[in-house]
This record gives sequence, structure tokens and C-alpha cells, in this order.
Amino acid sequence: MRKLKEFIIEKLILICGLASIFFVMLIFIFLLKEGLAVFKIVSPFKFLFGKSWYPISEPPQLGILPLILGSLLVTLGAAIISIPIGVGCAIYIAEIAPLKIKETLKVGIELLAAIPSVVLGFIGMVTLVPLVKNLFHLPTGLTALSGSIMLAFMAMPTIVTIAEDALYSVPKTYKEGALALGAAHWQTIWRVMLPAASSGILAAVMLGIGRVIGETMAVMMITGNAAVMPNSILVPVRTLTATIAAEMGEAVVGAEHYFALFAIGIVLFVISFAINVTADLFLHKRQQ
Amino acid sequence: MFRRWLFVVITLMFATSVCAAKDKNSIQIKGSDTMVNLGQAWAEEFMKKNPTDFVAVTGGGSGTGLSSLISGTCDIAMASRNIKEKEISLANKRGINPNEIKVALDGLAVVANPNNPVSKITIDQLAGIFTGKIVNWKELGGKDEKIVILSREVNSGTHVYFKEHVLRKNDPNSKEEFAPRALLLSSSQAIADEVAGNTATIGYYGMGYISAKQKPIAVAKDEKSEYVAPTIENVVNGKYPISRPLFLYTNGTPEGPVKKFVDFTLSKEGQNIVLATDFVPVSR
Repeated sequence: MRKLKEFIIEKLILICGLASIFFVMLIFIFLLKEGLAVFKIVSPFKFLFGKSWYPISEPPQLGILPLILGSLLVTLGAAIISIPIGVGCAIYIAEIAPLKIKETLKVGIELLAAIPSVVLGFIGMVTLVPLVKNLFHLPTGLTALSGSIMLAFMAMPTIVTIAEDALYSVPKTYKEGALALGAAHWQTIWRVMLPAASSGILAAVMLGIGRVIGETMAVMMITGNAAVMPNSILVPVRTLTATIAAEMGEAVVGAEHYFALFAIGIVLFVISFAINVTADLFLHKRQQ
Repeated sequence: MFRRWLFVVITLMFATSVCAAKDKNSIQIKGSDTMVNLGQAWAEEFMKKNPTDFVAVTGGGSGTGLSSLISGTCDIAMASRNIKEKEISLANKRGINPNEIKVALDGLAVVANPNNPVSKITIDQLAGIFTGKIVNWKELGGKDEKIVILSREVNSGTHVYFKEHVLRKNDPNSKEEFAPRALLLSSSQAIADEVAGNTATIGYYGMGYISAKQKPIAVAKDEKSEYVAPTIENVVNGKYPISRPLFLYTNGTPEGPVKKFVDFTLSKEGQNIVLATDFVPVSR
């Protein structure tokens, strides 16, 4: 009787594990099925490198290069802002802060993580956009820069939490050895602990960027949604995610616009996948 | 033992609540952002008079509404443009027969910031601005500022109507598009807010969204014609050059609760609500 119970439980757990892989495969196959259909209408080269996105015209112009560049520009901007601040904050919390400040900071970071992204987008639209407009004397504040700043707020908690964990997990012997040999505190951090925790910090950065590239609501509200080829960070852009969100309601199931939006989904999936694989490679390289 | 009873009770509660919801006649209306306030005003009045009926109104743009009608996920689609040939054929493929009912008229107002000195524009100049050929306000006698173009997203009937009747001047062979640098905002209210706060902007939306914070611009068909402001009078007497009908689309001729609702919108009361929300009644 006990053996039967064990057998059933083991098989149930096996089914749960297989189910998750099964669902991911199903999603992936559906995405491919609906997205690849667009390549009957437009060649992959024209789709990926075309500069005009006019999906409801007759005939539809389906070039997503401005969208890809928009997504990449906003992500890059967010990375440049959030990585130094995030890693710096993690170092401060892990190594330098006195206990009381450490606790307060940790709570603060958790609170920042808890703010829903659409709320951050709304706040950005009302406060940051006019500020950017007046600061840089632009025709409008709905730009990639505004988007990058708000996205940096979203990426930071992830980066800080995981980087801080990585720094904690560096064996105490490293730190104690360096200090015993006469190194100053900052020297120890910069030359011993950061390199030792680098794989974890890199993973933190990748996870933060992964979150940023998939962000939809906030960018839709504050980047202006203009499908132009961006020539600086102070112009409106349109991201892949905002395009899908804004246009999916209008696309009738089975129309070219519908397939094009799924193809954009495939592109997003590939970019995310590439980021994760790169992160993985780095991790494994380090471990050798 | 107790847990088992709790489970049974909760399941029964869900089952009965689902059955109770089905008793009410419910109508799903989706579509035009221009018409969404009108639709909600109609729904409220209609539900007051018919307490057993439930009407749900959502926006999302004319394109979204029509696509929803074709997919069978709504009963009535609100649209501020005509249904396209492609949409009709897609609908027929799925066994849906779109039936068009004109319920109101709307003037498409072009608006700028109240501090902008420009207050008169011809249709040609409008087309030039929105396709990106005219880039600075000083070309129209205004300040030396780059024009910031605001438009609705591609799912908006207002967007499509503006493109066909202003940018393309009703020419079916024209290939004109909005300038790539036009900012595509998600709703008429978003356009209203941005115009109110930025002196270099120009935008368009249904007359119902005009408030004291934006300045409607008088439009002329060409340089020799009169410049006409977007008011209800000017839409009714046909002087305002950019006015359009607003439609409800149903699957086939309306029946049952849908017919009750459509009849209400065309009745005297329904058309009074049209007037109250700053649109133009169709049967005057």
C-alpha cells in the first residue's frame, strides 16, 4: 500500500514537471505557427530590415527595423543608467552600510520592486516627460530617454537584490585574506570581491535587462510610439512590445496584420532567448 | 470532514452565481474610442429604463470593435468609419453578416494649443503638416517651432478617416501616410492632454473631446473657401469640411435585446443623448 502511494506521488510530480515543459513547447509552437505565416507575404529580409511600419495600408508595409532599434535603444539606455547605480547600491548594502541603514535600504528596494510598472509609466508621463522636454528644449518630452529612465527604475530592484546575494556568497576567506595582507576596504571590494562575484552580478544584470526588454505598458505611455529610425536618445521611438499591445486588438484573426504581430513576438522571443543564453555562457565560462 | 463541506458549499456558490448572471440579457458593445462616452451614456439611460438588461461598453478603437464583431466576441461594434472590404470578406468567411446602422454625425476637430497664434488652416496645409511636408509652424505664420504631430493609433477609426479624407483627399489611389515621426497616442484623451500642455502640437479628434484647454482650428476646403469652425451647426449644415457619420454594426438585422438597444439609440431620447455628448443627431 505504501509502495503504491509512493508510486502515485512520484508519477504525479513527474507529470507536473513534464507539464511545464509541455506548455512552453505548445506556446512556442503556436507562436511559430502564427508568426511564420507572415513570411508568405513579405520576405524575412524585408521584414527585419524594412524601415516602414504601416500595417493597415493596402498593401501593408511591414518593416520592423525602427521597432527593433527602438526596443534596443530604450533597453541600452536603461542598462547604462541602472547597472552602475544598481551594482553600486548592492556593494553599499553588502559591504559598507551600517546595519540600520542596510535594513532601511533593503525595505526601500523591495518597495520599489513592488510598484506596478503601469503606475511607474503613469508617474513618468505626468512628471518626467515635461521635465525632459524643458531640460533639453525638445519639441516633446515623449522620448526614448524618458522611457529609459523609468525602465531603469524597474530593472534596479532585480539587479540590486541578486547582485547583493552574489556579493554575500563570496567566501569570507577571500575578504579576510585580502584585509590580512594589508589591502584597504575599497581595494578589497574592487579587486577581490567584485571579480569573485562577477558571475552572479552578470546574472543579475541579465535578469534586469530581460525584464526591461519585455516591458510594455510603461514604454507605451512615455516613448511617443513613433516608428522612426532613432538618431539620438532624445527622439520618440516605438518598441516591439508597445506595437503588439497597441495593435493586437485591431488585427482580425487570420489577417496579415495578425501574422505580422506574431512575427514580432517571435523576434522578441529570440532576443530574450539570446540574452539568457549569453548570460548562461558567461556563467559557465567563469565556473571553469 | 469540515473541509469537504466547505469545498461543496463554495462550488455551489460559484455554480449558482454563474446561473444567475445568465438570466440577465446582456449586450456587449465594443469599439470606437470617439464614441465610447456616447455609448456609455446610452447604456446608462437604457439600463435605467430596462432593469433586466445589462449593457457593457468598452473602447479600444473602431478597428478593435469591428475585429471583435468578426470574431464573435461582441454583439454591437461602434465605429467612426465605414467597414472595410477586407473586413466584410473576413466576416463572411466566419459566418458573420455586418449590418450598418448610422446613429450620429461627428465633426473631426483639428486642435492646437491655446497659445498657438495659428487659427486657420486649409485642407491642403493640413495634409502637408500630417504627412510631414510642412515641418515648422512659421511656414503657416506661427512661431518658429517644429510642429509636433499627434495622431491616434492604427486601430482608430478616427485615424483611418483622417488618413483617407484629409491626407489622401478622398483619392483611393493615393499612397500618402502619416509622417513616421507622428506620435501615435492611445486615446483621444491622451491627445487632448498633450495638446493642452505643449505649444508646438497639432492633433485631431472628435468634436466631443474639445474643452477649454485646446483651441479648435477653423478649416477651409481650399484657399478661396470660407474658414469654418467645428461646431454642431456647421456639421449639420454641411459647411464643416471634415465631418463623418458614426455607425453601429451588428451581426445581421438586430433582434431581441440588441434590437431594443439600437431602436433606443435612434429614438428621440437616444438622439438627445447624442446632442448632450457634443455629437450631431442623425434624425433631426
